[in-house]
Amino acid sequence: MCTYLTRDTEVAGSGLGADGWFSVGRAVVYFDHPQDAPVDHALCVDLVERGATARSAPKRMALELDATSARRLAETILAVLDSPEALELA
Amino acid sequence: MVEPNAAAPTEEHDVYDGILAETITITGHGGDDIEAYSARPLGPGPFPGVVVIHHMPGYDRATKEITRTFAVYGYSAICPNLFHRYAPGASPGDAAAAARAAGGAPDEQAMGDVAGAVQHLRRAPNANGKVGVIGYCSGGRQTYLAACTLDIDAAVDCYGGRVVATAEELSPAHPTAPIDLTAQMRAPLLGLFGADDRNPSPEHVARIRQELEAHGKTFELHSFEGAGHAFFSTDRPSYRVDAAKEGWKLIWAWFGQHLAEA
Repeated sequence: MCTYLTRDTEVAGSGLGADGWFSVGRAVVYFDHPQDAPVDHALCVDLVERGATARSAPKRMALELDATSARRLAETILAVLDSPEALELA
Repeated sequence: MVEPNAAAPTEEHDVYDGILAETITITGHGGDDIEAYSARPLGPGPFPGVVVIHHMPGYDRATKEITRTFAVYGYSAICPNLFHRYAPGASPGDAAAAARAAGGAPDEQAMGDVAGAVQHLRRAPNANGKVGVIGYCSGGRQTYLAACTLDIDAAVDCYGGRVVATAEELSPAHPTAPIDLTAQMRAPLLGLFGADDRNPSPEHVARIRQELEAHGKTFELHSFEGAGHAFFSTDRPSYRVDAAKEGWKLIWAWFGQHLAEA
């Protein structure tokens, strides 16, 4: 099935693309058919360049993970962010 | 079961076996120029036409391969890039991502693009005047819409989800559940589904059958056991060789019957 399940959020930081680093401004997250990952449905994240306008091809960093990997990654990110050192510095 | 029309083209047709496949520009919705992939048999014709509607991952290598397969079987085929406007010249993946981020291609725009492809095929000097539409995944849903809203001669919906849709599943881009337009369907419809799919589920397929019967439409729906969504996709784990082979036979029979020269 196509889930059409898509959410997006503002982000700030940098992503490394084929042509070097670029500023990212938006994350589009979806669980649907991937382009390349060998699974029927993948947790996909597109980190899109800041200031990208509609009707153009923005730079993006793309990630397609199977659901288990994606959950593990999310938990790992949260664990790092929730560590005392990170909480103190964030 | 529909028997293949003896006059319809088949791979075994005893003619020169050659195709020309290339990127072209067609006039889509609103008069916009959009990218499309054309694959057509070489030879004088006349050939029927098929519009191939790509799946949610976009206008990709796999869909171009399907488009070429129609040409091998004697159909002039065009796959319009429904995501072209979102990222002109970008890779299929980038264009699909841009379209998704924008909320998806609106139905009205997609139907305008498919109508442009139909018109392009009908105008070809070696066309027989008949044009069918086939779509996969989200393209299956769009094919159902095309069968209800465009002037086409046959349609094949391959596991299109959200033909039956709840109010929560509708959006500004997809404001209508295609099943609600069934009364106005003009094209004979072949539906190919996987029994293990969740959308369209077997219950959804039963609803579609009920609606088509209620309105006296010409249709065939087939559900394949042991197959789920995207069983035609040879490059994905969902590929099911038995369902795909039987599905292709049904496609040739359906288009053979309904797109043959009058």
